[in-house]
Amino acid sequence: MQTSRKPIARTRGETSIANVWKKHKEKYLLLLPFSVIFVVFTVIPVMTSIVISFTSFNMLELPKFVGFGNYINLIVNDDIFLIAVKNTLFFALITGPVSYIMCFVFSWLINELTPKVRAVMTLVFYAPSISGNAYLIWKLIFSSDMYGYANAWLLRLGFISEPILWFDKKEYVFPILILVQLWLSLGVSFLAFIAGLQNVDRTLYEAGQIDGIRNRWQELWFITLPSMKPQLLFGAVMQITSSLSVSQISIELAGFPSVEYAGHTILTHLHDYGFIRYEMGYASAIATVLFFIMVFTNIIVQKALRRVGV
Amino acid sequence: MEVVPAAVKKAYLSRKFKRRNRSILGDFTLTFFLGLFGLFSVWPLIFIINNAFKPLNEIFIFPPKLFVQNPTLTNFQDLLIIIGNSWIPMSRYLFNTVFLTAVGTAGTVIIGSMAAFPLAKYVFPGSKTMSKLIVYSLMFNGTVTALPNYVIMSKLHMIDSYWAVILPSIGSTLGLFLMLNFMVQVPDALIEAAKIDGASEFTIFWRVMMPLSKAAWITLIILSFQNFWGTTGGGFIFSEKLKPISYALMQIVNAGVARTGVASAVTLIMLVVPVAVFIFSQSNVLQTMATTGIKE
Repeated sequence: MQTSRKPIARTRGETSIANVWKKHKEKYLLLLPFSVIFVVFTVIPVMTSIVISFTSFNMLELPKFVGFGNYINLIVNDDIFLIAVKNTLFFALITGPVSYIMCFVFSWLINELTPKVRAVMTLVFYAPSISGNAYLIWKLIFSSDMYGYANAWLLRLGFISEPILWFDKKEYVFPILILVQLWLSLGVSFLAFIAGLQNVDRTLYEAGQIDGIRNRWQELWFITLPSMKPQLLFGAVMQITSSLSVSQISIELAGFPSVEYAGHTILTHLHDYGFIRYEMGYASAIATVLFFIMVFTNIIVQKALRRVGV
Repeated sequence: MEVVPAAVKKAYLSRKFKRRNRSILGDFTLTFFLGLFGLFSVWPLIFIINNAFKPLNEIFIFPPKLFVQNPTLTNFQDLLIIIGNSWIPMSRYLFNTVFLTAVGTAGTVIIGSMAAFPLAKYVFPGSKTMSKLIVYSLMFNGTVTALPNYVIMSKLHMIDSYWAVILPSIGSTLGLFLMLNFMVQVPDALIEAAKIDGASEFTIFWRVMMPLSKAAWITLIILSFQNFWGTTGGGFIFSEKLKPISYALMQIVNAGVARTGVASAVTLIMLVVPVAVFIFSQSNVLQTMATTGIKE
């Protein structure tokens, strides 16, 4: 995010607050409305949650301070949490990069089409994201009886002799969730890439042609990708957060709790403690751990992305 | 804004550069690939459209069929009858949603962009910290912040008002983060030029930054619209007359299996508006940006 920012005014040597205010008054005024809302509705609630994570709090009695108790319990005593972490990381390791590349490749391919076809194709690919909880049709596909589409086809083609109970078998749950997540993945980043591609300076391509760029792959690596760095960084943050916070599709499709915790993720664990057991202190500790996992992943990914396109 | 020289623009539009560096085999493979995956993704849309026109016996048919055999409008007629009997007129629910969506989307786009501009183009005390806070706040899960959020809103006497839905959404940083990443690309030279002409930061924001980041805020409108249009006001709005339409329609749908037909009509109706907004704004991005590029 910071790489391509070239500050116009280097501000050095301001001594007093009055000076700073005088120099940057208009900038602060532009920031003000957002900052107020942001602090009240995002920063304070997040800080409060972090404080709550050091307490035992059942939403009826006042919170009791327990220090790092929740965190120690999570890591040392909670075996299911460790399963959740393992699942989440494994899940994100596959869906994160694949969905990120999918978002880019599809937006890039669509960008080659004529404007009208392009608008239609954008809608086609964005359809799973715009149609609310459309992922529920995967329930129909992987229905356990012989009428579910997947079973019906496999039976007809003779691969299986009796219907498979998709969400009752540990080995199927995870791959199905990955498939559905990938199908859902052309969302915010995809739209940002589409818009970013529109912003690339066309004359660069002509200049590139003169400079000896011979095919679309060279064009992609030497012109398109470097021109889209800010969008690529944006997309990375979005894919990191979404691939690490899978819960709804797991709960809806695989059920809760899923068979042998095969679909259990950090967020379904949080859901369990937050909404079912009302242990808000513990739930907040889970949220905080997830937060640090995301921040850490983000730092690594941003470092890697800086190298893209030379 | 005339950024690209007229001659280049004309040459570009005359398709002279259109076929640069492309092979027919490559084009064919890529189109085939696009079409294949497109079929895979557009499926729910086709499913929803077809379901809305199915008579009840076709909806429950096993194995389920994708395409409607005997299309009918019964589902929509049933819905009209139910709506007619509603305690609070449907127009009131609709007004609530339109108000939430219009004010919420406008607020998100304008307030977010205003803040994105100084953070994207200047370094000043606090700017780095703020940028970091914005990225990292995207990573804290909303489930556990819901409780403190509720307490704050009740302290501010905002529970059971439109603001309880609108303000937290404006305060989420997704929109700002999107705008910031596009505004970074606006060339400094343009801002300098505007400054020499005596423009204030506000003028620069409105006359230079916003027109040049149109692709970004149109995308943000789509995202924000979708978010507000689907809101049920759950947990924050309790007065029946302030509830949004998706809440009212959900009540209708939840009344039981007999309403399955009506439910599929409702799904289609709720989908039509965001899809229309999507198509309209997407074609707008493409049209306006096709001839102006941003360059240093």
